[in-house]
Amino acid sequence: MKNIIGREVPEYIEGIGEIDMFVGAWEKLRKGWMDEKTISPPNKAKMPHQCKSCLTFEEAITNSSPKNGMTVSFHHHLRNGDNILVRSIEILANMGIKNITLAASSLNEIHDPILKYLKDGTITKIWSSGIRGEIGKAISAGVLDIPVIIHSHGGRARAIHTGKIDLDLAIIAASAADEEGNATGSFGKSAFGSMGYAGIDSRYSKQVIVVTDNIVEYPCVPNSIRQSFVDYVVEVDSIGDASKIATGSTRITKSPMDLRIARLGAEVIEHSGFFKQGFSFQVGAGGASLAVAKYIREKMKKAEIKGSFILGGVTSYGVDMLNEGLFNAIFDVQSFDAAVCSSLVENRKHIEIPAALYANPYNCGCMTNKLDVVVLGALEIDLNFNVNVITGSDGTIRGASGGHSDTASGANLTVVVCPSFRGRLPIVKKSIHTVVTPGETIDVLVTERGICVNPMKPELEQNLIKAGLNVRKIKDLQQEVEAIVGKEKEVEYTDKIVALIEYRDGTIIDVIRQVKRNG
Amino acid sequence: MKKKRRTMLYIPGNNPAMLQQGGVYGADSILLDLEDAVALNQKDAARILVRNILQSTNFYDSEVCVRVNHLDTPFGLEDLNEIVPLQPDAIRFPKTETVEELAKLIKIIEAIEDKHNLPHDKMTIHAMIETALGVQNVFEIAKFSKRVDAITIGGQDLTADMNIISTKDGSGIDLARKMIIMAAKANKIDAIDTVFVDVNDEEGLRKETEYGKQIGFTGKAVINPRQIDIIHDVYMPTEEEIRKAYRIMKEFKKNKKAGIGVFAIDGKMVDAPVMTRAAHVLELANIDFDSI
Amino acid sequence: MKIIKKAQSGSFESSDIIVLIEPVAKDKGRHIEIDSTVMLEYGESIEKLILQKLDDYDISDIHLIVKDKGALEPTINARLETAIIRASNLQKGTL
Repeated sequence: MKNIIGREVPEYIEGIGEIDMFVGAWEKLRKGWMDEKTISPPNKAKMPHQCKSCLTFEEAITNSSPKNGMTVSFHHHLRNGDNILVRSIEILANMGIKNITLAASSLNEIHDPILKYLKDGTITKIWSSGIRGEIGKAISAGVLDIPVIIHSHGGRARAIHTGKIDLDLAIIAASAADEEGNATGSFGKSAFGSMGYAGIDSRYSKQVIVVTDNIVEYPCVPNSIRQSFVDYVVEVDSIGDASKIATGSTRITKSPMDLRIARLGAEVIEHSGFFKQGFSFQVGAGGASLAVAKYIREKMKKAEIKGSFILGGVTSYGVDMLNEGLFNAIFDVQSFDAAVCSSLVENRKHIEIPAALYANPYNCGCMTNKLDVVVLGALEIDLNFNVNVITGSDGTIRGASGGHSDTASGANLTVVVCPSFRGRLPIVKKSIHTVVTPGETIDVLVTERGICVNPMKPELEQNLIKAGLNVRKIKDLQQEVEAIVGKEKEVEYTDKIVALIEYRDGTIIDVIRQVKRNG
Repeated sequence: MKKKRRTMLYIPGNNPAMLQQGGVYGADSILLDLEDAVALNQKDAARILVRNILQSTNFYDSEVCVRVNHLDTPFGLEDLNEIVPLQPDAIRFPKTETVEELAKLIKIIEAIEDKHNLPHDKMTIHAMIETALGVQNVFEIAKFSKRVDAITIGGQDLTADMNIISTKDGSGIDLARKMIIMAAKANKIDAIDTVFVDVNDEEGLRKETEYGKQIGFTGKAVINPRQIDIIHDVYMPTEEEIRKAYRIMKEFKKNKKAGIGVFAIDGKMVDAPVMTRAAHVLELANIDFDSI
Repeated sequence: MKIIKKAQSGSFESSDIIVLIEPVAKDKGRHIEIDSTVMLEYGESIEKLILQKLDDYDISDIHLIVKDKGALEPTINARLETAIIRASNLQKGTL
């Protein structure tokens, strides 16, 4: 049936059950509590002086009593330098474990080697915020019987609280840990900064293994993971490739196109009415989205505006702005480079936050609810401002939901920055492949060929027109783009559903179908 | 309002990725280059590509110019034959040295326009001065034809021709710059400064642009879109200047209505040169005098 | 029009397209190979464009290979035209 935003979503799906339909970005939040019940964290007990240390990774996993049908979780703070997920799955597979549900907070190209385990029944279900590389391609081609579930960062926390993601084993990589399992990512040869996505796993999983390449003298401080929840600790040679985990420091793009769009984005923010004393701000980690920060920084200095906080995935650029006194604090759920790690340790106003506090809608202090301005990217956007950040133009899964729908829902001003087309592929289109973030939460689209304001925000549109910006109707922009790139051939899908797009409140906003292969 | 040419973005004529995006950077002027930016064995390819681009691409409010090859090369005539019928806003002629060359060029252009039933006064010509001989003759060149509405300086070729090293302070080409500017001003046409090559040196670009503005250049060539904002910023009048010009214009209109020709503001006479300067300031600030 | 020699145009840059042309014996027909980074979305329209261009130049026998990196139609047309002219040694003005 067609849901409230016109996407075709079946009411019942084999392997999943009845589908809870998306009913609007804020509908389920209005009454102030969640219908679903939360589960209790596991009850554990240890004998005095019981040792948590294991000699090998295999030993740790064996001790955790893995079994068929288990759910195992990983965080993605090691990004494309991660060594741990693939190793863990290999160990479980070699033990003959089958029907695993993989609850990785996100999957990257580095995880490609586990593809063979999707084919042989080792892994049969996946929860993740994003899937890329060969795994994304294979899932789009229908390698799994049960659809994967794509959730937002906030949605993952909600799903764990309610037991929808029912964790049996959490394997938590850390760049430093002690014998009790107090663990951190803020220092060590493989340092990666905040551990925002791992905290909830440690609290709710029946068994928790901390794996590190740097055992430190007890107690490990600071710590993001507490010994209260850890069952086993193991030291390995390396948790990952440091050069791919965190680069030196994030550079602002030099791409003229990205800079152009970013400058326009900054002008939109400047004239939006939300650029004022005490505003809070979130940008992406690269490309045009991060570059907006460069222009906002200049404008803040010129207008002598001091902001309240920076939120989200943090780069050294954000740290510089904190150090310059442009903002009071940083709330860091994920750190992107080495410079961020030291700030996290040294600066009291650089605060690590867990995913739940960051973005779980069923959280009284959800930070995204407090956000003024967020700058996001897009793979595709349609005439109703619905955004796709998960599937490419060929229908393949290659991106992530991440914090996109979370921040868009909360921010006073949600700005999407992207080119109107990339290479020959249109980004502004009549109809997009997948909706991750609903248009009602998107306020303005900024491209190199024009700025389009959601018709639900006429005052914003007036402000921008008065400021002399190139404001146009999104339909006109889309038609211009189509004239430039030509009409695309539509991707063909089969009826098989390969992924569900879960909105942050647990409802299903869209589905991804299997791409039809010719011949 | 007179065409602004504060920035002129050079785009290599054989580069589709750059050509198709040429119009989005907000440059006042765009130069599609068939000459120095194109390898000798790709001149034919660039010509056909630029022709197609001119026919199909929206460059929005930017002026579109095409730099053709010199008539002494095997390519120049073919370039003109292909491009003139499309009537871009302007043709840029490289290494202009003598009035005779310019006359020959214009004759050929007019012949092509006649063949296609096109007027002789729509498309303009930019003369590019890149040699010492060109500098010597620039006064004649600037005067020669109403179709020539801009003179530009090609700094790199000029220093090569003069057999000197290009320095950051530009002292070697300073006289050339000033002569070109004088010739342009004497004929009330635009003078456009040469490119600033170090794309990463934003301070250096700003300084050189400020100097250029100070001595009379009306704009500057650009080789990377990142340079555009800085140059526009330099050419933007200050708030003080804008306010003053606005006041002058307002007073002028008020007095004109009342039939008064000459008047004073703050005890100072407002005469023709002051009026012209005020009008120019408002133009740069994008303020329409009719609305005042 | 006849293709008399091998020729190439374009580049491997993004938004460009390489066109390779080789002559074939008379009546061997048109052998076209298309490789594109946007094959799924635009493969068919690229083929259409090629066939149209070959019709315009009245070429019935040719081996033509294109390697496309998301070029827009004006670029594809330009590169086709350039390669064809180079391969035929066509004198300007005889079309």
